[in-house]
Amino acid sequence: MHEKQAHNNARHYDVIVAGGGLVGMAIAYGIARTGKRVAVCDGADSAHRAARGNFGLVWVQGKGSRCLPYAQWSRESSARWSAFAAQLQRETGVDAGFERPGGIELCETAEQLDAGHRLLESIRAQDASLAYEVLDIKALKARVPTASDALAGALYSPHDGHASPLYTLRAMQEAFQLHGGAYLPRNEVREIRPRAGRFEVDTANGTLEAERVVLAAGLDNARLAPMVGMHSPITPLRGQIMVTERLQPFLDYPTLVVRQTREGSVLLGDSAEPAGFDDGQTRAVMADIARRARTAFPLLAHARIVRSWGALRIMTPDGLPVYEESSAHPGAFLAICHSGVTLAAAHADVIAPWIAGGGKPAILHPFVATRFSNPTDAHAF
Amino acid sequence: MPTLFEPLATMPARTVRIDIDGTERHVPTHYSIAAALLESGAASCRTTPVSGTARGPFCMMGVCFDCLVEVDGVPNVQACMTRVRDGMRVRAMSGKARLA
Repeated sequence: MHEKQAHNNARHYDVIVAGGGLVGMAIAYGIARTGKRVAVCDGADSAHRAARGNFGLVWVQGKGSRCLPYAQWSRESSARWSAFAAQLQRETGVDAGFERPGGIELCETAEQLDAGHRLLESIRAQDASLAYEVLDIKALKARVPTASDALAGALYSPHDGHASPLYTLRAMQEAFQLHGGAYLPRNEVREIRPRAGRFEVDTANGTLEAERVVLAAGLDNARLAPMVGMHSPITPLRGQIMVTERLQPFLDYPTLVVRQTREGSVLLGDSAEPAGFDDGQTRAVMADIARRARTAFPLLAHARIVRSWGALRIMTPDGLPVYEESSAHPGAFLAICHSGVTLAAAHADVIAPWIAGGGKPAILHPFVATRFSNPTDAHAF
Repeated sequence: MPTLFEPLATMPARTVRIDIDGTERHVPTHYSIAAALLESGAASCRTTPVSGTARGPFCMMGVCFDCLVEVDGVPNVQACMTRVRDGMRVRAMSGKARLA
């Protein structure tokens, strides 16, 4: 009897988070820091995992041109990242590899440079603190001597940085457990049943229960949301990435298409294609990625590619995130975004305290899924 | 130079001239670069990008990737899987590859 009670207690939590990727772990870690008992129900290794296909940018530049709060939300997270990474390292010893030298968008043509300039100026006109610089080819070469002379120039923003997605995820997982969190792999959530003031959550290994549940299961949120009276309008958007052998440092700034990690590997990327749930690769897209990388950095022509992959982003109809509590079943929260690295710090520092019982921060008000229920609203941003 | 390896006299002695770290060597045409390295007495041909420790030809069959060298300016070539060629320039690698 005593044993059985202990067992039941072990299955009861304050908060259950469905999904152990970058979004779920950041929120779960943040909630565990507040002293709540938290379980993360994660899928198997075979699950679609955007967290393991991520390019690793902490990116603000160009985001939110039609929704200023999204630009501000991204910048807030970027500003929090340094302290966030320092705390993770202090708690776990794992270095997430965060650096914020500012980010560069390379432009092959004068038209691209002009269009990018207009976009960034339209955002800065709404909030002067969203700073940027236009770099002509001479200014670009001064910052990045290995960039090609054939480029038209670049756009620079001091708000941008980069981190290792894999070390970030590992650090959050370890820190979460150090704060008493229960990480449960191969426990994909099968069903959620709202009960009076609590939720029953079925996984492959039995039933857990909690006062609050957080849906942070990436693409699987589409299946889970209706179980708590919510709607999750998301579609997969495939990105492909190639990685070179470790090279001596030649690039001090992250760019959208080429990023050199601290370890020396170079990530080549930035593709976006609807491909359903196919996370494979195609020759045409990889050839285009290679062409752009080589155009920007001629020295990469002889770099060896050692790995490549496809991964599925989680996209809402307008590309903006969703952070919302169910009105039908309060205590159930939905979290959707496609920038799990950029927003990790804000997820742990701002989203988590709200879900743990605090007030909803005003900056989150635009990010509700109900914006999609009226088709004319969907493009209002 | 003393070496652990002794060539078997089973092949006709046609040789090519290659340059290993600035030293000219004449080696049989059927040699891999790794065989040429071992015959030269070199125990290592690079240092690793992570810890900087020395590595040299080991498995001789393309699986261990310990024998990476720079060949004619191209870094990270598997020496054991690459046949020598007349005029070839082989360079030891120090840590991460450097692209020209």
